[in-house]
Amino acid sequence: MNINTTKIISLLFFIFSAFYLYTAYQIQVFAFDENAPFNAKTFPIYLGYAGLFFSGLKLILPDPDTIKVEHKTLEYKKTALLIIIAIIYGATILKVGYFLTTSLFLFASYYFLGERRWILMFLLSFPFVAGFMYLLHGVLEIYLRDPFLKSIGVMG
Amino acid sequence: MIDGILIGLTTALSFKNIFMVMIGCFFGTIIGMLPGLGPMTAIALMIPITYGFDPATGLILMAGVYYGAVFGGSTSSILLNAPGVPGTVATSFDGYPMAQQGKAGKALAIAAWSSFAGGTLSAIYLLFMAPSLSKVSLSFRSPDYFALMILGLTAIAAFSSKGQFLKAMMMVVLGLMLASVGQDSLSDITRFTFDNMNLTDGISFVLVVMSTFAMSEALTIILKRNDPTAAAKQVSLTELGSIRINKEERGKMYRTIPRSSVIGFLIGVLPGAGATIASFLAYGMERNLVKDEEKEKFGKGSVNGLSAPETANNAACSGSFVPMLTLGIPGSGTTAVMLGALLGFGIQPGPRLYMTNPEIFWSVIMSMYIGMVILLILNLPLIPYIARILAVPKNYLIPLILFFSITGIYVMSFNNFDIYLMIGIAVVATFLRLYDFPMPPLILAFVLGGLMEENLRRSLLLSNGSWEFLWDRTLTVCILVTTILIVLWHIYKTLTKK
Repeated sequence: MNINTTKIISLLFFIFSAFYLYTAYQIQVFAFDENAPFNAKTFPIYLGYAGLFFSGLKLILPDPDTIKVEHKTLEYKKTALLIIIAIIYGATILKVGYFLTTSLFLFASYYFLGERRWILMFLLSFPFVAGFMYLLHGVLEIYLRDPFLKSIGVMG
Repeated sequence: MIDGILIGLTTALSFKNIFMVMIGCFFGTIIGMLPGLGPMTAIALMIPITYGFDPATGLILMAGVYYGAVFGGSTSSILLNAPGVPGTVATSFDGYPMAQQGKAGKALAIAAWSSFAGGTLSAIYLLFMAPSLSKVSLSFRSPDYFALMILGLTAIAAFSSKGQFLKAMMMVVLGLMLASVGQDSLSDITRFTFDNMNLTDGISFVLVVMSTFAMSEALTIILKRNDPTAAAKQVSLTELGSIRINKEERGKMYRTIPRSSVIGFLIGVLPGAGATIASFLAYGMERNLVKDEEKEKFGKGSVNGLSAPETANNAACSGSFVPMLTLGIPGSGTTAVMLGALLGFGIQPGPRLYMTNPEIFWSVIMSMYIGMVILLILNLPLIPYIARILAVPKNYLIPLILFFSITGIYVMSFNNFDIYLMIGIAVVATFLRLYDFPMPPLILAFVLGGLMEENLRRSLLLSNGSWEFLWDRTLTVCILVTTILIVLWHIYKTLTKK
């Protein structure tokens, strides 16, 4: 059997489906529902078997159209950096507030992607976010939580 | 029906809704022009904005984005030979050679008029077909709906898989699995939450769309070192040439447009098919129907060869609204996103929609006419300038896409967990994209998951646990036979290709 990344993904999906199926069987249903033709675990059980079936077929059938990815040409560093910045953004947005974290997130992202035009970077972060906040909060009346702006008295 | 049309016209012609169509068309055209960022991403990014509107306005905005994106895709096909969306690949066959002959302006004009005519004609077909189909679909029972969903999921897997049907089916199952997380709708029993309170209500639809499309497309662009805006920088404002179409060319278009709009609309109605298949079929059909001397010009800048796919892809967009508005079952990934957004508004599309919410049903159809006019006005004189706007560097574009994605989730839940979950799903989706696992089947399955379980539950309870419901009704059998035929056709196509 030709081992390639698609096969490895299929194997991972097979294991995931097996775990899903096991968890589906563990779902606690009401006693009166246990022998009903359909209860809360019926559909997930079918899905678990469907996952095993399709990933199993993908595993055992030959794969002539193998996708080859040139890992050397991929930009892992910048992608990982962006993901880390996004995680930090997600972790701080509630405590610090929308305006400051979003502006810093944009500014940092521009920087790590290689941008060095500072004025443009600034304009497309702080004033841009302020304008977008006005559109959401002021015009469309979508609530935005912002402890920072509240603490300095800008937002009610 | 006349009352409905009047209600729709009144709603669609309000200042706010006309403005929304304009915004949608403009935004959609820009995103559609960027290779790699399609209508699904454009609509997903618009979802947070729609929270502030009523459902009709929200849907009108999203519909504007949809046909704007398809329209924009054709522009990059003609000017750059870089189709912005798959539905406009066939446009580049004759559009790009025409542009290379110094007739870019003419090619854009033919594409714009063909899109306008295709979209307008199909909106007329939709006007008459949707209410009739709604009446027919009132006779649908749970087994029919269940079978229809199986058909929709199989079809989208077959058509979007690029020959990798099993990969697409794995994505369908994954989408259904994600939809099963949270409380069971009938018994309130929690499933797959692992005692995490954040998962009790299930995974949000917006989160899944944002992570698998907007966010993962942005990450894929960075990972693959693509620059979707690079090509736009090559567009010259001065070398487009005249946009005038002469009498002979108009004559050719008069013959091509009606037949291509019919085929486009019908393909669009079919679950899973959509603009890509419609445009290729229309191109192929046109090539067979024209005279031999015109046939020779195909691939070298033929007017018919450009007009046919452009008409068909816009007609297919309108056609794809039929199953969503009348059956509540989206036929494509894009309309699945819209269905999810409608469910978020508390609106359940289906056969009764045009009776319970006529303003939504009819205003969307009416807004299509307005949208087509706006697109025509936008595309012809403004395209070179819009193309210039696209020269925004990737370094700015990607963070802005991530920002819109995260904002969409933030304003919805104010919850850190959802942001982490979104990033996690986006990373997995980016990795799966690298190996050609298609995302539209996942989205469609996620949207249909709850409905599918509900209809299977009803069917099994009514038949006392027996699977006989699958062959008890003629309609159910017909739908399932169609599903089997699609699978067999796909297997045949794969075998003959090899």
